[in-house]
Amino acid sequence: MKSHISTTINGDPVEFLCDPSQTLLNVLRNDLGMTGTKEGCGSGDCGACSVLFDGELVCACLVLGVEAQGAEIETVEGVATHDQLHVIQEKFLEHAALQCGICTPGLIVSTKALLEENPSPTEEEARYFLAGNLCRCTGYDKIIKAVMDAAATMRQGA
Amino acid sequence: MSEAREFKHIGQRTIRPDGFDKVTGKANYGADLSLPGMIWGAILRSPHAHANITKLDVSRAEANPDVLAIATFEDFPSVNAAAQRDGTQRDGMMDTACNILANQKVLYHGHAVAAIAARSEAAAIAALDLIDIEYEVLRPVLSIDDAISAQAPILHETMMTQGLAEPATKASNISARMELKKGDIEAGFAAADVIVERAYDTPTVHQGYIEPHATTVVFNENGPSMIWCPTQGHFDVRARVAQLLNLELGQIKVVASEIGGGFGGKTTVYLEPVALILSRKSGRPVKMEMSRGDVFRASGPASASQSLIKVGAKMDGTITAMQATLHYEAGAFQGSPMGPGCMTVFTPYDVENLYVEGFDVVVNKPKVAAYRAPGAPQSEFAAEMAVNELAKKIGMDPIEFRLKNAAKEGTQTIYGPKLKVVGLEACLEAAKASPHYNAPIPENVGRGLAAGFWFNIGGQSSVIINLNPDGTGTIIEGSPDIGGSRASMQMMAAEILGVAPSSLNPIVADTEHVAYNQTTGGSRTTFATGMAVVEAAEDIVEQLKARAAAMWNVTAEQVDFKDGVAHNLTGEDQLTLADICASAEKTGGQISGRANINARGAGPSFAVHICDIKVDKETGKTDVVRYTAIQDAGKAIHPSYVEGQFQGGAVQGIGWALNEEYVYSKDGIMENAGFLDYRIPLASDLPEIEAIIVEVPNSFHPFGVRGVGETGIIPPLAAVGTAVAEAIGQPISSLPCSPPKILKLLMSAQ
Repeated sequence: MKSHISTTINGDPVEFLCDPSQTLLNVLRNDLGMTGTKEGCGSGDCGACSVLFDGELVCACLVLGVEAQGAEIETVEGVATHDQLHVIQEKFLEHAALQCGICTPGLIVSTKALLEENPSPTEEEARYFLAGNLCRCTGYDKIIKAVMDAAATMRQGA
Repeated sequence: MSEAREFKHIGQRTIRPDGFDKVTGKANYGADLSLPGMIWGAILRSPHAHANITKLDVSRAEANPDVLAIATFEDFPSVNAAAQRDGTQRDGMMDTACNILANQKVLYHGHAVAAIAARSEAAAIAALDLIDIEYEVLRPVLSIDDAISAQAPILHETMMTQGLAEPATKASNISARMELKKGDIEAGFAAADVIVERAYDTPTVHQGYIEPHATTVVFNENGPSMIWCPTQGHFDVRARVAQLLNLELGQIKVVASEIGGGFGGKTTVYLEPVALILSRKSGRPVKMEMSRGDVFRASGPASASQSLIKVGAKMDGTITAMQATLHYEAGAFQGSPMGPGCMTVFTPYDVENLYVEGFDVVVNKPKVAAYRAPGAPQSEFAAEMAVNELAKKIGMDPIEFRLKNAAKEGTQTIYGPKLKVVGLEACLEAAKASPHYNAPIPENVGRGLAAGFWFNIGGQSSVIINLNPDGTGTIIEGSPDIGGSRASMQMMAAEILGVAPSSLNPIVADTEHVAYNQTTGGSRTTFATGMAVVEAAEDIVEQLKARAAAMWNVTAEQVDFKDGVAHNLTGEDQLTLADICASAEKTGGQISGRANINARGAGPSFAVHICDIKVDKETGKTDVVRYTAIQDAGKAIHPSYVEGQFQGGAVQGIGWALNEEYVYSKDGIMENAGFLDYRIPLASDLPEIEAIIVEVPNSFHPFGVRGVGETGIIPPLAAVGTAVAEAIGQPISSLPCSPPKILKLLMSAQ
């Protein structure tokens, strides 16, 4: 028996039917066609499916679809406005902070959560906050540089 | 050749053309394609490491209304029972087929046995329980020592060791032996004042790409079938699927999706042929995805190894002899990278007397796949550790010791050719001058340094560049982009054509829209496909000159083309590339450039890494406190992505050295098949990775490029190992340097 869920994703009202055992990640990717949120492990270890759930950073693979009832969800698809990239996205590109790019959506969302919570992180704070987002390509060096630069730029703009 | 050249675009740090899609979630990876009417496939995997399948009955599953197709080994027409009986079996395909779907015997925990396609993923997984299967469990073989012992169960009853002096007479778990030599090894050791001899081992590790294998396919009886998958080589996916299913190449189209990491692990096929069988049987598009556990248990990994190294030197620092005996685990089927391991082990050294013997050993673990410089990290780890120990024994600085013996232009390699111009000495000098090496070693910290060598390859690449009537264009290449190579292609074409890189859109075309390209591997793409891009752009320049000549009524020889503008040498006239494209209709139609090459002259890349490690003496926990990666790029087309290769390789090597390993139960069950327990490095584990690009141009490439993708994973193992040894004051001979192991060493010393 599927449940009828009403939720908000990236500001849009969205309704869907889902099985009680389905994860939010599965709903986003397979039912709503929102494949920007990636699956790397399905067990909350890699952070590729990071989304904001009522403003809180979560792994969409650890949230059930039915829990989205009445919630506000933000995914990577909602970070840029039209064709205007968010500063975090611009800095990831400027600093070459991605190689294959599969971890990038999760890292962009996590970085947004970090900088909303702490606009002036130290490098160590950034490294610990993002420790739940695995990247196998970059060695994290350029990611951290992009995050620190984004933080500085956002502070100037604020 | 290219030292003095001034470049307009090459060497700049442009924004990658595929970047926008990747930071906004628009880029489509392996699991991101769904099609109308699509159904899902799932795979039944062995719970045992080694067993005979005594019963496999799919009739109950077949009867389930949700199930639309089932696949087993018998569905591979090129190797199945009928093909074996009729003698029509395809050579060389048996192991590949048996690895994808087991034939009567399972050889590792997670080995695929059968596949089911059903209307939903959940239904497919549930239906796996309807397959009736019984096993006769056999004793698993889980280590090299066990595999080569006289009592070991034999994995393959027909496997005879190749490469022995006398032909083998009985089956063995050693599939092959190889031997390489140079000079007189006995005389070399006799001339040595000091000798170091030590055994080393490294664990089974995984490439650890974040994107699991996935595919969506459509079988088409009347036209090409379509396979969408993340792969480093879609042309090779096409070839393997064609061989397994007895199809012609033209009957299959493979579309390379964006690829979420590969590192060598996405150079073979697992799901694709199975999905195509399921699609053919069901008449539906089929999607399959591996779970993370499946990825660990049944794809990749890289060989565990055992190495015995002996190195001798005179007190003045001259190495007189180097000897290695190397054993590599191949996993369940033969084919470890034992060959390149033997060839690379001592190549950083110009030494007269060398002897190397290698063995390829099968064990009950997944069949290994390539992993960044396959074979080299294991053997060079052992060699570099021994070299560092020897340098210490004779009281020489590890850089000076290496400079005294460094491979250079003209050095005779053990595997055949003499080295052309190479950058090892330049990397060592850069290390000597680096801020890191000149910084004092902090208290409780050990410092290690190591070198690394990888050949790099060239090979076949095909490129088409189409110009549009407004002067913009498309670069159509066939090398899947795993680390930003499209940016380099754009920059190289822009340099030749004299236009803005962003005016040229590079795309990785499917197997129908560009001619054959070798797999993205061997650090070949920026070198070989880059060379094809340059040649295709040069082809366009010739055409632009001819078109301008036609517009001016002069000969092509009377036209010069520079920085995107054609000049009439008989007058003052000028035409930009865009002007010529705008008039193409009147001068013979639109303009395309083309190159189909087999690139020769790949330049080896050497690297030197420096690592500082702090060890907590109470827990054995290690912390990398400073790290520098120095490597010869020949010429860095896009320095940021070159640095990224150095940094990424370094961190994979750090993971290999400090944490990563497959943990098996005594029954051969993999106990850490997830990212929580198989712990790859996290952002919080690491310091900044300082990257220093050395540029010793490769004269065989128009801009001097050497491949940079692989070498960077080689030096970390010994740089880290040596740093740990220095920090704890004891030799390291076994990776990973995980806390329990280090604690044991610390306690045994007390």
